[in-house]
Amino acid sequence: MSDVLYLAWRYLAHHRIKTAILLFSVTLILYLPNGLNVLIDQSASQLTARAASTPLLVGAKGSPLELVLNSLYFESDPPETTTWEQLQRVRDTGFASTIPLYVRFKARNFPIVGTDLGYFDARGLELAHGRMMAVPGECVLGWDVAEELNLGPGDHLISSPESVFDLAGIYPLKMHVVGVLARAHSPDDRGIFVDVKTTWIIQGLGHGHQDLSRPEAASGVLSRSENTIVANASVVQYNEITTGNMASFHFHGDLSAFPLTAIIAIPADDKSRALLMGRFENPEETQQIVRPTAVMDELLETILTIQSYVVAAVLMVGAGTLATAALVFMLSLRLRQREIETMTRIGGSRATIIAVLAAEIASVIAASAAVAALLTFLTGQFGSAVIRNFILT
Amino acid sequence: MINIRQLRFRYPTGTFRLRIEKLDIAQGEKVAVAGPSGSGKTTLLNLIAGIVLPDSGCITTGETRITDLDERARREFRVCRIGMVFQEFELLEYLNVLDNILLPYRISPALTLDQSVRERARKLAVDVGIEDKLRRLPRQLSQGERQRVAVCRAMLTRPRLLLADEPTGNLDMDNKDRVLDILEEQATAAGATLITVTHDRDLLHRFSRVIDFADLRETGA
Repeated sequence: MSDVLYLAWRYLAHHRIKTAILLFSVTLILYLPNGLNVLIDQSASQLTARAASTPLLVGAKGSPLELVLNSLYFESDPPETTTWEQLQRVRDTGFASTIPLYVRFKARNFPIVGTDLGYFDARGLELAHGRMMAVPGECVLGWDVAEELNLGPGDHLISSPESVFDLAGIYPLKMHVVGVLARAHSPDDRGIFVDVKTTWIIQGLGHGHQDLSRPEAASGVLSRSENTIVANASVVQYNEITTGNMASFHFHGDLSAFPLTAIIAIPADDKSRALLMGRFENPEETQQIVRPTAVMDELLETILTIQSYVVAAVLMVGAGTLATAALVFMLSLRLRQREIETMTRIGGSRATIIAVLAAEIASVIAASAAVAALLTFLTGQFGSAVIRNFILT
Repeated sequence: MINIRQLRFRYPTGTFRLRIEKLDIAQGEKVAVAGPSGSGKTTLLNLIAGIVLPDSGCITTGETRITDLDERARREFRVCRIGMVFQEFELLEYLNVLDNILLPYRISPALTLDQSVRERARKLAVDVGIEDKLRRLPRQLSQGERQRVAVCRAMLTRPRLLLADEPTGNLDMDNKDRVLDILEEQATAAGATLITVTHDRDLLHRFSRVIDFADLRETGA
């Protein structure tokens, strides 16, 4: 048997390019359907796990998928905004506790998540370093953000302007890093968490500037009346919230109309959930309430349908490739006819000659299967990271 | 040692016929089989080696009547008792020189490859002057060196009969003499019978006996 394997090995080693091409082809045929299944299974479990830990989402009417993707994975364009008033409305029903979410802005390509401390409890997030944000202008970083940007407590991070050409648009805010979250293996690792008021300040709904009642601001004051002071652009606006200027920060307008992208609602029980959902069923309702699990299940159904098509296509391509490989092998047998005849004329056993040829095929298939199994195993091990880095973020 | 009686052979297609009433070759004899191309010289070697069977008649090699053996027994007889050298050398391109010499031991369960066989292969390589080329592939050898490898492969099993089919057909004159010298030396050293097919009449003087094929065969419909 060792002689058979040796001869097969020598043949394969001598024709290494042909062998490598065969190995590559058969490995792909074996790996692609399996790897795809593993990857999709892991995607499905990650998507559903995140959705399952978010009981209900309230947002402006529009695409439920967009609302869920933005709120759970901080992905997709921001959905239509809802308001703080809607959060109060949900809270006032007494059926659920609420967590505000405002996910619109970014800093160095990482999403800024405006929320409150309830978010961290709801997601089971814990600090690795520092402390939680306490006042506007402070931020807590997800693990990946801190690692990739090499930031930690005591550092600063500046929000990105939405458009550098829009002078009336969003101005950068310098945020103080006060904490870093422990790795959660979720989209939270790539979030920059701030108080929701901070996001409103980034948007320009609140701001801080020079005290116009003080003498040093006099040159910027255009007119004064009993309740109103009109100033020109020379008045200094703050782009950083510090203990010194914090008192000067204030919001203009009605707080209840301030925007949120979503409200996480956590009902006390099933009955509360049903009752709360009932409150949003009016056809005239401008808001929607969605169960993320239902939305993700629908998405997964689509993905699984696509998966079955992809697997079918891969299998068909695989069958075609195998048929081609078989044809190539048959043709190579004809090319090797003389070699086979030589072995026969010398007195080689027919069984041995067939065994050598079979061992060549078996070796290629076995090596391909081993590589495919290794790749499938690695997909299982690192698939989650791949999904997080390339699919969910 | 080789006795052929009342031999009749024809291929399933074509008009070729081979008929030999009586042919005896003694053990250790060095015989040349001469004749023009297509006269059946190679067919005779194939019949003696048991690669093909006659339609009638018998061939006896030593004590063994090869025409009475089944295919498996004929293969085992061939690999153990007969060494074969071909015009085109028929070396396996993916095996190095040493592995080509050892090939009979790798492809037949009737033979066991052990250290003594390996030593014998090396000794043969020394005898024919290719001991420094054992790790090379056939394509890295000259024509003469390739044929010497083929001779080593044929001699490795210490056969009692050496069949060489146009062994010098692809060689220049220097190499022809060299290869024939080696064949004769090896056959003599092993006490083996050497039957060499050739159509090169300039080489016939080297053999103790020449069988002119025209005397043995009949052709035609």
